[in-house]
Amino acid sequence: MKPALTVLIIAVLTFLTRALPFLLFPAHKKTPGFVVYLGRVLPYAIMGMLVVYCFKDVSLLSWPFALPELLAGAFVILAHRWKHNMLLSIGGGTVLYMILVQAVFV
Amino acid sequence: MIKKAFRAAFPLTLPVFMGYLFLGIAFGVLLSSKGFHAGWAVFMSVAIYAGSMQFVAIDLLVQPFHLLSTVLLTLTVNARHLFYGLSMLDKFRDTGKAKPYLIFSLTDETYSLLCSADPPEGVSRKWFFFFIAALDHLYWILGSVIGCAAGNLIPFDSTGIDFAMTALFLVIFTEQWESSKDHTPAILGVLFTVLCRVLFGTDWFIPLAMVCIFVSLTAYRKKEASL
Repeated sequence: MKPALTVLIIAVLTFLTRALPFLLFPAHKKTPGFVVYLGRVLPYAIMGMLVVYCFKDVSLLSWPFALPELLAGAFVILAHRWKHNMLLSIGGGTVLYMILVQAVFV
Repeated sequence: MIKKAFRAAFPLTLPVFMGYLFLGIAFGVLLSSKGFHAGWAVFMSVAIYAGSMQFVAIDLLVQPFHLLSTVLLTLTVNARHLFYGLSMLDKFRDTGKAKPYLIFSLTDETYSLLCSADPPEGVSRKWFFFFIAALDHLYWILGSVIGCAAGNLIPFDSTGIDFAMTALFLVIFTEQWESSKDHTPAILGVLFTVLCRVLFGTDWFIPLAMVCIFVSLTAYRKKEASL
């Protein structure tokens, strides 16, 4: 019962975060310039933030010195710049990371 | 008319098909490793439909229920959607009955597809956008069910599979970087988040980083305007 409630709360709130801009700035009104500016630049900044968020538990000061994350992360970026293929970048990067944490840096 | 929109939308979604199938499988495997069956994968992927939030949700499901932390975590992880919505205000104009669904299904990937996608001549915008969104949703549900079912059937060491989410964000970051000439917003985002993580630790750095990003971008707009 409780997991279902948790899922429902998350679902409603997730929809709310997606719907709020449309409720605040209805289609028939002109959107303020500052809001348009934020809509343009914020996705870049927020994606940078989320990338860092993913590395939040990594320690540079103790073994394995974030090496699995750095190696797999570099693979993802380079593979993506090379082929622009999501399966190669995400699939390959994840499999590489799993091998690194399960078999190499143990 | 509808067929034409589908034919125009489908090829564009293929990169997301690959990515979502894999990411969905990763999510499903992780969910099954916590003792949930495939029905839960369907329920979550249909109702929540937010990749990163569903990974976080797995943690919330296995911990004792706590309303406030569920609410706060959902709002912080999803706060970026506010900005996706802001940049889609114009694009979703005149999409009629499809609009609520387009808003509901505005994930990172669908957002990045819609940013660059415009319907070809003579193709309905509404249906074109709808098919992009609905196909992506379908791929995500499919992947998560396959992952959850497979994880329950063939147990294996899934340590590290959550890196799929990191890889996803890195891919989107890379694509945004390539599509923009001005890298200042991206650099500000990385810089302030690293700074807040180092200064304030793991519990509070995300809301604080968001404040820093908001303030610095506001200042940057003034600078941009004065150039």
